[in-house]
Amino acid sequence: MLSIAAIAKNPVGIALVAALALAGCANKQVPNNAADIGLGGAGGPPGSQQEFTVSVGDRIFFDLDSSVIRADAQQVLTRQAQWLNKYTNYSITVEGHADERGTREYNLALGARRAASARDFLVARGVAANRIRTISYGKERPVATCDDISCWSQNRRAVTVLNGGSS
Amino acid sequence: MIMRATFLIATLVAGLGVAVLPARAVVEIDINKGVVEPLPIAITEFISADGKGAEIASVVEADLRRSGLFAPIEKGAFIEKISNPDAAPRFQDWTVINAQALVTGKVSETPDGRLRAEFRLWDTYAGQQLIGEQFFTSKDKWRRVAHIIADAIYQRLTGETGYFDTRIVYVDESGPRNNRVKRLAIMDQDGANHRFLTDGRAIVLTPRFSPTRQEITYMSYEGGQPQVYLLQLETGQRELVGNFPGMTFAPRFSPNGQQIVMSLLRDDGNSNIFAMDLRSRNTTRLTTSNAIDTSPSYSPDGSQIVFTSDRGGRAQIYVMSASGGDAKRISFGDGTYSTPVWSPRGDLIAFTKQTGGQFQIGVMRTDGSGERILSSGFLQEGPTWAPNGRVIMFFRQPAGSAGPQLYSIDLTGRNEQKIPTANYGSDPAWSPLLE
Repeated sequence: MLSIAAIAKNPVGIALVAALALAGCANKQVPNNAADIGLGGAGGPPGSQQEFTVSVGDRIFFDLDSSVIRADAQQVLTRQAQWLNKYTNYSITVEGHADERGTREYNLALGARRAASARDFLVARGVAANRIRTISYGKERPVATCDDISCWSQNRRAVTVLNGGSS
Repeated sequence: MIMRATFLIATLVAGLGVAVLPARAVVEIDINKGVVEPLPIAITEFISADGKGAEIASVVEADLRRSGLFAPIEKGAFIEKISNPDAAPRFQDWTVINAQALVTGKVSETPDGRLRAEFRLWDTYAGQQLIGEQFFTSKDKWRRVAHIIADAIYQRLTGETGYFDTRIVYVDESGPRNNRVKRLAIMDQDGANHRFLTDGRAIVLTPRFSPTRQEITYMSYEGGQPQVYLLQLETGQRELVGNFPGMTFAPRFSPNGQQIVMSLLRDDGNSNIFAMDLRSRNTTRLTTSNAIDTSPSYSPDGSQIVFTSDRGGRAQIYVMSASGGDAKRISFGDGTYSTPVWSPRGDLIAFTKQTGGQFQIGVMRTDGSGERILSSGFLQEGPTWAPNGRVIMFFRQPAGSAGPQLYSIDLTGRNEQKIPTANYGSDPAWSPLLE
């Protein structure tokens, strides 16, 4: 639940929280009545971008100045790998990000190391390396913009972005 | 682009009642003292038919005032009205208002339509002329003439080379913090002649001047993968530096302008430092650690490189030969250290230090001793040196603010000044003195 709590502070995250809570109640199954309950199909159909983002979880978070994959992040990445191994038409970009509490060039390097850590974890779970591209945004693209730990912890992240069909 | 060679410089001695004496000036500033009392100086409006003389004098005055080393005297206090700048002033009229130095000048138009500017610097107590020079240039270069005059005055009275005829390249920031638009921008060191160098479609970071050409190197996301580029300032021509498979970042020129040293991301997620020769395009790998090695900066003699590495666990500053090999850690204080930049004088390294939840701008000697913190705050980083090694510029974002702004501070830690920019600004880089 660590990652869910973090997302809850995301300005765009209210609908996401609801969807994740539902997904949790439904034992990680995609709620097939999402549209009926007014979430606009938040879970998305199987194999969809929306399912990956909302039900699988598209991002993991890191400790300060660390690129170690935490236990909670391992769960997310394991789900990502299972999903990607099922829907092999997608290639992905793993974006590595850092919070603002580091200097610019060091944080570019740190974001790159986080992206590589996430990539290596996915590859170890069977995702073909040639489906994965990495990029570091350093501290250039924060999702949360307050000036305290509640935001910094959300910005220290690796986000898996689906690139659509790789064929 | 103007070259300094286009200025005709001649010492004015003829026809003056006052000889230029080789005697030591009475008036001088010792800028190595801990506390410098700004020197009272009277800068008169340069005589001109069209008001240009007053404009030039006010740029000279602003430069000298901003340095913190000079205290220009209010014009309302002036007793003598200078009407003939070729004649010696009535020195007692200036000493009585405590002006230790006096600047007079004249601006006119040559028959072929160029600008002719001349100025004299007087030591009022010694009653002698210290400098007399004249310049010819096209009319649109009048601000540069003013900066060159300010540099000449600064140099004559402090013994140090000036830094007013210089420019700043930096990253202009606009838009919300989570979707920032970043554009390269360039301006004179006093904020004038501002223009954008990129259009904001791609994130651009960390511009740095070539020490020898009208060229900058910077990092851009324009090609998808973030990489290091070169930009010719006169033509606007852009060029990718090298052909590397992964991210390249943290570029800086060598002192002779022939190499770019930068970080290259390895496939395992670590970053090493490489140097690339711009003519042969040969690249040399300088570090091999399984760590982050970044922010390389050459010593001014080109023999050593200072850089950031977390090979010891946390980010610290190391020095190695410019050809690579063993590196020696030089930062040992509490916290982490990054963004080292070697002083153009060679004696100091400026850095960003993070400790106790604060970001600090500081300097240390090249062996790591003598650490001094010049400024401390919530978020500030990225020092860059004025070409004379006396002033450092950096950027700062206070807690709760929407963006960063540029600041300069004297090496003594005094005379902090906000640098005016239209939008938010970060990643400043100071040019060498213009040619």
